[in-house]
Amino acid sequence: MFRYIIKRTLLALGIIFSISLITFLILNVLPGDPVAAMLGDFADANKIKEVRHNLGLDVPLWQQYFQWISNLLKGDFGNSYFQKKSVLFLILQAFQYTSFLAVLAYVIALIVGLSMGIIAAVNHGSLIDRSLMTLSVLGISAPSFWVAILLQIYIGLNFKIFPVSGVQTPIGYVLPAIALGTRYAASIARVTRASMMEVMGQDFIRTAYAKGLGSFRIVMVHILRNALIPIITIIGADIGSLLTGSMITENVFNIPGIGKLLIDAIGKRDIPLVQGGVIYVATVCVIVYFVVDILYAVVNPNIRLGASVE
Amino acid sequence: MTKTKLIQLDTLGRNISETKIQHSGYYYESFRIFRKNKVAMLSLFVIILMIFLAVAAPLVTGFDPDKQKLAERLLSPGVKGHIFGTDEFGRDIFTRCIYGCRVSLSVGIISQLIASVIGYLMGVTAGYFGKKADDIISFFIQVFSSIPFLLFAMALMYALGSGLMNLYLSLGLLSWANTARLIRGQVLTLKQQEYIQACIVNGGSSRRIIFKHLLPNCIPMLIITNTLGIPSAILTEASLSFLGLGVPSPTASWGSMISGAQTFIRTNTYYSLFPGLFIIVSVMAFNMLGDGLRDALDPKLHK
Repeated sequence: MFRYIIKRTLLALGIIFSISLITFLILNVLPGDPVAAMLGDFADANKIKEVRHNLGLDVPLWQQYFQWISNLLKGDFGNSYFQKKSVLFLILQAFQYTSFLAVLAYVIALIVGLSMGIIAAVNHGSLIDRSLMTLSVLGISAPSFWVAILLQIYIGLNFKIFPVSGVQTPIGYVLPAIALGTRYAASIARVTRASMMEVMGQDFIRTAYAKGLGSFRIVMVHILRNALIPIITIIGADIGSLLTGSMITENVFNIPGIGKLLIDAIGKRDIPLVQGGVIYVATVCVIVYFVVDILYAVVNPNIRLGASVE
Repeated sequence: MTKTKLIQLDTLGRNISETKIQHSGYYYESFRIFRKNKVAMLSLFVIILMIFLAVAAPLVTGFDPDKQKLAERLLSPGVKGHIFGTDEFGRDIFTRCIYGCRVSLSVGIISQLIASVIGYLMGVTAGYFGKKADDIISFFIQVFSSIPFLLFAMALMYALGSGLMNLYLSLGLLSWANTARLIRGQVLTLKQQEYIQACIVNGGSSRRIIFKHLLPNCIPMLIITNTLGIPSAILTEASLSFLGLGVPSPTASWGSMISGAQTFIRTNTYYSLFPGLFIIVSVMAFNMLGDGLRDALDPKLHK
């Protein structure tokens, strides 16, 4: 187990390092001069040169990369070109909104998805099952920003208690969380149904019925508990797309999260902010995958002994 | 040799001497199974219809997708021959939805073709040569599957600038990892089989084995994974265009149409509805086509 954790830690560090390199390359080998954009059309050449020097943009690319990475390791993400604040401060401030929205959306998705899946599996083959599964296919196919706009139109504008923009009150999170969670609720419902159906066919369930246990107890305790393993597996994989999906929903509902911050920064070509935001979100995702992997290994000895790596 | 006519009987005792024995290939068998799958056939029909609409867009609708007519802005559906109404610049929404098929379908299909090529080459190199090549490529596969897809698509589009070509490229470059992982696994199994061993013994070059012997056996898997990759490419394109990072402004794209509709949710509720329906239908169709193909192309299910 200890060896597995060491191996997995090294891999995670390698992945984060590679991602930082990819991010830096993508964002710095681009055409267009950020300094010229920053100073406007009327800046003279000397001024541009001076600002470039002050920002450390006149040294070779590899030096810029090492400068950036060593600053990152010290917790210094640089300063935003336009907002004149520390990038890390802006990111941490915005990330609170993003992560809260993502967690809320996933909690809603779990509750709705699990109940849909259980109801469909218990009534499999019936009209209820078919309509729930059709609903889940629709949920998987609909883009979250479109669901968000539909919610604004049909719920936000009709019921005044749900604001269509901003999160001044906690109730402002409700519609964004539903919009973001729909997709995940739908996929959780499908996985839950499939995995419950598989467990239902097994002998120990028949035994449970045979010894006269109530069907509610059998479904909730015996079947669901054994069906949960594949469901837990998809949670880890969902987190990366949940954070980036949250970034889009924020834009629709005007929530000052990472997504809004990044889109604004992209519009203004504020490279330190874009770079910092991308590397921050990517690192959070890698760390989450890492933690989830370790948890699987704790639960499932096959993985840590290398039996089912392929 | 004298001709003797054997009478062949099947297990039920019926005479089958005259029955012609049909020899059919793998793809014919797959097609036979696929044809029985009603949902998959319907999705295939929807996709062909959309491709037809995309190609023959000028014949399907009489309006110009990009021409602004400010006198006819924000009309309701059905007014003055505009089936879905008009947008804030007086452009016909139905026409723009149809032209939007071009962007979405081409992004979905071409980006996945790029991903197949990269994924196959990476997967086959890792699986066939093994050792150091496998270690390095497997590491890259890990890196690219941990990258948040939409976030890096945003970063790439920011760096490359908006445009169709850049969409194909950035989505293709980001989505090869899954294909590579599956191909690598497949090649590891195929490599153990006798016909590949025989080819090595006979002195077949690596290039010959990779393209002549391994590729045909990986094609079904490439078809399945990339059909199932198209929906997520379409959704990502829509999201990017929604954020203003997809195709540049006058070109019609479902995502950018929804973004434009956002301002008018109070007055023109239908505006955002139609492009969204197009996204849902195309994503659903490709998903179900992919599922159907997976069932049809799995040799274990062939009888």
